Amino acid sequence: MLPKKVKKRASLLALMLLLSVIGIFFILQSLNKNILYFKSPTDIKNNQNINFDKKIRVGGMVKKNSLIIKEEEIKFVITDFNNELNISFSGTVPNLFSEEKGVVAEGKLQDKTFFIADRILAKHDENYMPPELKDMMKQNAK
Amino acid sequence: MFKILNLSNIFYWIEKLIGFINSVFFILLLVALSFALIFSPPDYLQGDSVRIMYVHVPSAWIGLASFSSISILSIAHFIFKIKNIRLITKSIAPIGLMFTCLALVTGSIWGQPTWGTWWVWDARITSMFILALFYVGFISTHKLIANENKANKISSIIAIIGLINIPIIKYSVDWWNTLHQPASIKLIGESSIHSSMLMPLLLMFFVFILYCALIFLMKYKTEIIKIKKKNIKRI
Repeated sequence: MLPKKVKKRASLLALMLLLSVIGIFFILQSLNKNILYFKSPTDIKNNQNINFDKKIRVGGMVKKNSLIIKEEEIKFVITDFNNELNISFSGTVPNLFSEEKGVVAEGKLQDKTFFIADRILAKHDENYMPPELKDMMKQNAK
Repeated sequence: MFKILNLSNIFYWIEKLIGFINSVFFILLLVALSFALIFSPPDYLQGDSVRIMYVHVPSAWIGLASFSSISILSIAHFIFKIKNIRLITKSIAPIGLMFTCLALVTGSIWGQPTWGTWWVWDARITSMFILALFYVGFISTHKLIANENKANKISSIIAIIGLINIPIIKYSVDWWNTLHQPASIKLIGESSIHSSMLMPLLLMFFVFILYCALIFLMKYKTEIIKIKKKNIKRI
């Protein structure tokens, strides 16, 4: 049998841990909206009271065949496969920015379907493979 | 049975282990680095900047693993009051801090060419930053508080509270929208990283672990020497 002192300390510790886990759970729960690094187009569609003057970040996939590059602006559509959002941006984009890749845009909403970005960040997925394999996969898909 | 745990015995085994790791470490490091930097293929999307992964990912793993072990040992110390555990946790902490910082720095260097930014406050990166702060707190209590018992108690509490941060780091990419991509290597199921890149990654991880063991043993040895100098027969 364990000594009484050891048991007492163990139960004190278990209680402490349990309380702090519950505490942190509630803190995270209430911060949930702020922890989200970006909003999806669906979040924006469902949100009733949007502050149009505040800078926000939106994210999603760049829709296929939606990218239009003009001299002084880049236009594209991001999608989360349920809803879409039009984005306009002028400036340099990161290397990994392309169609059908994840993107996070920072800027202001003009209305619920149009967003002017002043910064673009590329989001990349968790897949890593050599280029030869990607080519093979493309050929197989054809 | 407790003869094995005698400090002089531990000291003897530490010396032997350090000698062994020293003899194989540099060869393994060369092999792993040449696989990571030369023989492994570039990524289809990111090109050669994917090679930062071979340092970034093992560093982050080790940063997390070190803190988890410090926390679990601190719990054991809090309950059973085995003094030897203090020496072990004290010796792990600096390596953990170093690798956590390395993960943050390499992540930053990797983020610039791929995401287009050095630093963002998304959930994964922020929680990793908090982990580094916990390490700093843990290490500095021993430096700042002269009373050893008090320092042990406070650092234990820091380590135990910090344990809650570990699952938050691990699952931050699944629970919230983050700029950081989700994990490529999963405990269950197939990993989304090609085997020609996975192999060098695991090799680098192994070498990093050897390095950690080496630094840990050296630090542990110094702690034992410190105690012997105080002429205490038992701890």
